[in-house]
Amino acid sequence: MVVEEIRGKSGGENGNYDNFPVGMRVLAVDDDPTCLRLLETLLRKCQYHVTVKSQAREALQILRENKDRFDLVISDVHMPDMDGFKLLELVGLEMDLPVIMLSANSDPKLVMKGVTHGACDYLVKPIRIEELRNIWQHVIRRKKFDSGKQNKCTDQINNCQASGQGQMSLMTGNVDQNGKFNRKRKDDDDESEDNGDENEDPATQKKPRVVWSIELHRKFVAAVNQLGIEKAVPKRILDMMNVEGLTRENVASHLQKYRLYLKRISSVATQQANMAAALGIKDSPFVRMSSLDRLGDFRNLAGSGRFANTALSPYSANGMLGRLNSPGGVNLHNLTSSALIQPNHAQNLSNSMSNAGKFHPVITPGSQNGSLFQGSLEMDQLQKNKCTTEITNFNSMDDSRMFTAASAFTNTGEAIGSSSNYLNGDPNNLMMLHGNSQQALSGGFGNQSSLNMASFNAESLNGGVGQSSNFLDHGKFNETWQTIQLPKVQSNTLFSAEHLQDQLPLNTVRDNNSSNSPHLQNNPLDISSTTMASRPLEDSRGEIQFQEGLVGQNSDTIFGSFDFNIPANGNLPPSSKSLDQSTGIFNRKMEMVVNSRLPGGASTLMQRNEIEQSNTDSRRSNENFLLEQAKLQGGFVSQSYGSLDDLVNAVVKRV
Amino acid sequence: MERNLHRQLANMKKSLFDQGYLDEQFIQLEELQDAANPNFVEEVVTMYYRDSARLIQNIDHALEKNPLDFAKLDNYMHQFKGSSCSIGAKKLKNECTQFKEYCETGNGEGCKRTFQQVKKEYAALKKKLEHYFQFARQVGPVEKACRPK
Repeated sequence: MVVEEIRGKSGGENGNYDNFPVGMRVLAVDDDPTCLRLLETLLRKCQYHVTVKSQAREALQILRENKDRFDLVISDVHMPDMDGFKLLELVGLEMDLPVIMLSANSDPKLVMKGVTHGACDYLVKPIRIEELRNIWQHVIRRKKFDSGKQNKCTDQINNCQASGQGQMSLMTGNVDQNGKFNRKRKDDDDESEDNGDENEDPATQKKPRVVWSIELHRKFVAAVNQLGIEKAVPKRILDMMNVEGLTRENVASHLQKYRLYLKRISSVATQQANMAAALGIKDSPFVRMSSLDRLGDFRNLAGSGRFANTALSPYSANGMLGRLNSPGGVNLHNLTSSALIQPNHAQNLSNSMSNAGKFHPVITPGSQNGSLFQGSLEMDQLQKNKCTTEITNFNSMDDSRMFTAASAFTNTGEAIGSSSNYLNGDPNNLMMLHGNSQQALSGGFGNQSSLNMASFNAESLNGGVGQSSNFLDHGKFNETWQTIQLPKVQSNTLFSAEHLQDQLPLNTVRDNNSSNSPHLQNNPLDISSTTMASRPLEDSRGEIQFQEGLVGQNSDTIFGSFDFNIPANGNLPPSSKSLDQSTGIFNRKMEMVVNSRLPGGASTLMQRNEIEQSNTDSRRSNENFLLEQAKLQGGFVSQSYGSLDDLVNAVVKRV
Repeated sequence: MERNLHRQLANMKKSLFDQGYLDEQFIQLEELQDAANPNFVEEVVTMYYRDSARLIQNIDHALEKNPLDFAKLDNYMHQFKGSSCSIGAKKLKNECTQFKEYCETGNGEGCKRTFQQVKKEYAALKKKLEHYFQFARQVGPVEKACRPK
């Protein structure tokens, strides 16, 4: 489907845009009517086809209805109903469209924020028409990179207007890195199609992408784990994966992203820990760890092949990554101490708690290949561990909840890598939830991005683990949540539930499913509802699998599976665990998960993690744990806890 | 006769520019005016005044509070500034910038003082533009905008 979409799109585009950039379809969003009118007129003057919306939510809605309806989005930064950066992330994540930011403020910090969130340009008001005449380059650039790293689309360049020729050189950039893997790897997909795609005539505009489905990603992660992260080289991984039609280049590119992801996770965890420490427990608002940054970074990685230096650099990742593949739940202790990363941006907490144990942060290639994570971690987890987050300790709930940490990542399309530790069947899988920056702080902070920290204690995952794992996935991101599968977590994980920005704190999460809905409602997004339902492990597993399935379906959705890192000890008592857990767990919704291209136009992957989780925290011992952790961490999510039950992540899948 | 009117109109515009009320952006607006959008400039300016009135009120109210919420003030002013510079209101934009600076430093008095200036400029510009448009309507379709010397 993805391939068809791409082809169709490219075909359509080719058809419509013989005179490209004339007729380029732009969506303009600005709450100020004067500016909007002006922008509209300016764009029309450039002969673009313009649609205007004064509300970000309306804009998202219209985009979701039909992903192929627009080529480019221009949005104001300062809007009352939704932060422009958030919109930026979401659009990039869900729809993978180029987004240009507009603002009256030319503060370099904001410009940087735009960059890290994945904006392809930042214009300062008042806008002049000359600036708008060149914006079509962003559309072309993206297309070219998307078409597959293997083939440079020289043809596309030719199609561009002569005036744009000079800009095509931009495309010579890291195609590999930017290229998405669009390869449908569904079980039922026939390989020949993939092969066929690969053999497509280079002259075609759009190359099929290799889509890293969950399964594919899982295989990848398994291979990497087997080889050892340091020793994992593309050739060997490829051999181990034994997947037809996959090339070494695909694997190399994916590996690169994965590595970045791991780095980021670890840094995030550090940051989170720091933050947690800094913040108070109860209220620790989710510090928005530069989740957005992460996303942005990730996205950048993927998109431009640049790795988010910004995000990673400031953090001192404590050997979180080092823990990869380490058996048995590494306690979060390690994490907490080390890993809290200084929040880069106050706003977003994105950080996923890195696991105490190992996790494989799956690096989801910017945007597009979210499926990686999903598949790999979650699936593995599920399969292996029956785990799902369930905090048995929690008061009432015995069922494990599955968190689907759907991180709706903003545009950045960061994929949240899920720790693939689980793959190893390690009982102490840590789940890492990477917070999405998107998530609003549970504390009701106005911040858009909230950190989703899911700390969960997977209580008896698979029956084997006696620990209660709380997997909270907060990420309430308005938009999408990913379902995170909690591997059997031994210890409780803390999560900071993210709140939807405009959502009320989920304190009510406790009930299954109930919590999610309220949150979801707040989001006008039609993201397929995040229904968090706490379900018993079994269910969660099923859910996870479901999710997997979803993922699989969305060929290019990237699912960030969050793996929660659950500290080895699943004890609820906060004392021990708190540290271990979650602090680092963030739902990185952002990451990846959702590939902007969800097939079927669904934002599917975006699963929303309901903040319900936050609600969950109230109950359980985990909560205490969380609190403690929060303390340690600086106040993560204590709120988010919510009942683990609530953790249920609704996997929203838009079909 | 007509040429006189046109010339008068041009002079009016020139003086607006010379006095610093308007800047390049206004020219842009005029350039966007064409057969498809015959009254574009006036439309936009009217929209601006209608919309910004609300912002002015909000800022007024916010300035009456005690203690002052600078973040909010800055927020409002940011929006106001954005609109104002979109129509090319030069002096107004500068006052807005000044106001924002005072917000950043937490200078309540400075903010209030500057805001009085803002309101004054706002009202003055409004009058001038109204006059200008009125005259322009009399003159008939305006020729292509040209930059004042």
